Amino acid sequence: MGTQMPLFPEQASTAASKVDTLFLFLLALTGSVAIGVTVMIVFYTIRYRRRDDSLQPPRIMGSLRLESLWSAIPLVIFLGIFIWGAKLYYSMASAPENALEIYVVGKQWMWKIQHPEGQREINELHVPMGRPVKLTLTSEDVIHDFFVPAFRTKVDVLPGRYVHTWFQATQPGEYHLFCAQYCGTNHAGMIGKIVVQTPSDYQAWLNSHAEGSLALQGRKLFLKFQCVTCHSADSQARAPVLGKLYGRQVHLQDGSSVVADDQYIRESILKPEARIVAGWQPIMPTFQGQVTEEDILQLLAFIKALEPGQTPERTEEATAPTKNSLTP
Amino acid sequence: MTTLTTPYRPQAKVTETTAENYLNVAYGVKSWLLTTDHKRIGLLYLMSVTVMFFVGGVAATLIRLNLLTPHGQLVTADTYNKLFSAHGIVMVFFFLVPVVPTVLGNFMLPLMIGARDLAFPRLNLASWYIYLVGAFLMLLVLFSGGVDTGWTFYTPFSSKASHTNVLPAVTAIVIAGFSSIFTGLNFVVTVHRLRAPGLTWFRLPLFVWSLYSTSIIMLLATPVLAMLFVLLAIERLWGVGIFDPALDGDPLLFQHLFWFYSHPAVYIMILPGMGIVSEILPCFSRKNIFGYQFIAFSSISIAVIGFLVWGHHMFVAGESVYAALVFSLLSYLVAVPSAIKVFNWTATLYKGSVSFQTPMLFALGFIGLFTIGGLTGLMLAALGLNIHVHDTYFIVAHFHFIMVGGMVMGYMAGLHYWWPKMTGKMYSEWWARLSALIIFVGFILTFMPQFILGYLGMPRRYHVYPAEFQVLNVLSTAGASILGVGYLLPFAYLIASLFGRTRSGPNPWAATGLEWQTPSPPPPQNFLVTPHVTCGPYEYALSSEGDHASS
Repeated sequence: MGTQMPLFPEQASTAASKVDTLFLFLLALTGSVAIGVTVMIVFYTIRYRRRDDSLQPPRIMGSLRLESLWSAIPLVIFLGIFIWGAKLYYSMASAPENALEIYVVGKQWMWKIQHPEGQREINELHVPMGRPVKLTLTSEDVIHDFFVPAFRTKVDVLPGRYVHTWFQATQPGEYHLFCAQYCGTNHAGMIGKIVVQTPSDYQAWLNSHAEGSLALQGRKLFLKFQCVTCHSADSQARAPVLGKLYGRQVHLQDGSSVVADDQYIRESILKPEARIVAGWQPIMPTFQGQVTEEDILQLLAFIKALEPGQTPERTEEATAPTKNSLTP
Repeated sequence: MTTLTTPYRPQAKVTETTAENYLNVAYGVKSWLLTTDHKRIGLLYLMSVTVMFFVGGVAATLIRLNLLTPHGQLVTADTYNKLFSAHGIVMVFFFLVPVVPTVLGNFMLPLMIGARDLAFPRLNLASWYIYLVGAFLMLLVLFSGGVDTGWTFYTPFSSKASHTNVLPAVTAIVIAGFSSIFTGLNFVVTVHRLRAPGLTWFRLPLFVWSLYSTSIIMLLATPVLAMLFVLLAIERLWGVGIFDPALDGDPLLFQHLFWFYSHPAVYIMILPGMGIVSEILPCFSRKNIFGYQFIAFSSISIAVIGFLVWGHHMFVAGESVYAALVFSLLSYLVAVPSAIKVFNWTATLYKGSVSFQTPMLFALGFIGLFTIGGLTGLMLAALGLNIHVHDTYFIVAHFHFIMVGGMVMGYMAGLHYWWPKMTGKMYSEWWARLSALIIFVGFILTFMPQFILGYLGMPRRYHVYPAEFQVLNVLSTAGASILGVGYLLPFAYLIASLFGRTRSGPNPWAATGLEWQTPSPPPPQNFLVTPHVTCGPYEYALSSEGDHASS
């Protein structure tokens, strides 16, 4: 970076070069068309400039053949561009299975970030190089947009739902993070930086910022908000036990079923009466206003990692459930 | 009966200075404010939209000045946000959408189809008053604190977070929208019912085809915008959850409805410009337009397919992959008719007898800039690429190429083409050519750097920005100052022409259209004799002795 004037953005992700290839191809294609049209216009206007007022130009009404030709050729080219752009979009749409999952909450006017091992950052995101990183994002207020030009990634961050984007960084360094969706007074100040580190540097950074895993923080909330009173593993349970819930089909009271994903679990915390699990009473109170978006993400991390038999006892003060060696 | 021929042939002296015309038929404020003459209403609109253009222009000037430095030292962040909102709202809803239909369309449509007036003259006057109420309310909003939502009014920002005059602003837009609806209705009925004898659909000038397509869009799309803003008001006033997720609403619903109007509105803004170019190119190259029917049907197909592509504004907004694919494909389809037009215009020049008066210069400028705007649109419709450039200056540059490079150039072309018809006076050709050149150069210098800025990743609507973007921003501001001079010049020499002595005569361009077959300025009833049409609109190549027109 610095103060010199770049004319082309840095490429720092696996997607960047693919996007740039398409861009440069289109630049060449559309550039030649623009130059071609300009040359033809300039040529015709000079070649056929008015020399003699009495000259009567020929009466040319058109040419079905030519016009069909220059309708069909653009159409074919356009369809080609469409397919290229769509394939690229599709490949950028879903993250690989092994991606590192990081949570982002946007609010006027800052980015709050939580790593799976519990590290928190504001307006900075540390990521390892060479490993796919999947971001799960939501907003506390209005629509924001998480835009990293060097990665060629951008996604609108909506309140009330989770959106995803992913990237795999290829170059260590610091890159701009911009909010790209207008969000009020300090929209231009809702910026930050992405710090891409080598895996060992990243691990060192993680170690120096460890606060206990996100799942462990979620477990503390699970106890603090007394969720465990009903969602317990014993015979007095008044609500379904949550072990191995995540990603499973859940049968609902109205006969339909739903996959227990981020969105469903979030909804069940904020609007428990919306979709009741078959066989249970709608007795759960809403936690709207009591839990923040970050709290919900921690609870999600806890529920995701929760294996059968690991639901805490009501009075228990033990270690968090283990999965992926997330235990402290 | 008098024989009316096309192309024009000097006829009996109907251009005596003492002849009664629509300007000297009555004097006094009342004769203007209560007029139902489409020509006078066209001039009333000309004055009102010009005022709004300057208001939007002042906002643009302040925006560009603020962006001279990375730290935004000229205005505060809140003021900046209000400035770009004012610029967008005023330019889109109070200038670009109404300008060509209400000024040039109002004035020329009846003349071009050989009619005495529009189908509903009193509704036409009412449209102007409604526009005026909307515009006054909007100015009131701007000068009493402004609005900071951008012209897009995205929820939930506009419905719960913004503390500015959101409701008065959308009210003003809804009011102005009704003016659009009435104008559209008036034009559709006029084209259907009031064509001169012999003026079949495929003898209509292409400007009339484009106004007709535009009117259909205005009629069908504008009510959706009105409904949307009513829903927004309901949420903002009474907290009914429609768009705000905290109230169980859906913020994307707002965007869908907004773009369901605002994408077709892009075509409201560009189609009339295309129509103007299709008039001017044949006239200044003395040729038939190349492929009349392809151009006419391309206007109609743009109007139809244009309703099905709104989702391409939402590729990163959270719509599904499936929706994105469909909207991307449809966006490529709507590009085909535009491509056809550009190629047909170019082919029209072939073997012509091309002259370079001011309207032609603006029209050629239109083709060049519109082509760049359209081609960058092809890039934006490519899904994988859109992710990177969406909501950056790349978009800003793209739509300014279409709306300013395209539409404003087209409007200038039309204004210079028909100015002698409207006023009976000819402006200074030298100054006019100079301003066409200045506008073209200033435009390129203003918006080309913004494409680079956008690809580098500078987001739009930023009051401050990283230092490495400064050089390109300074270039853009320099271009904008040149552009500003280019827009001020016509203001001066066009007004000067009114007080000048250079009379234009009925047909200074030796054009073939019906509007040129009557004196300049036209008499109150438009035509001294009802024209009978026996041939197409652009028969420049037929010998003036030809027998293609009869009494």
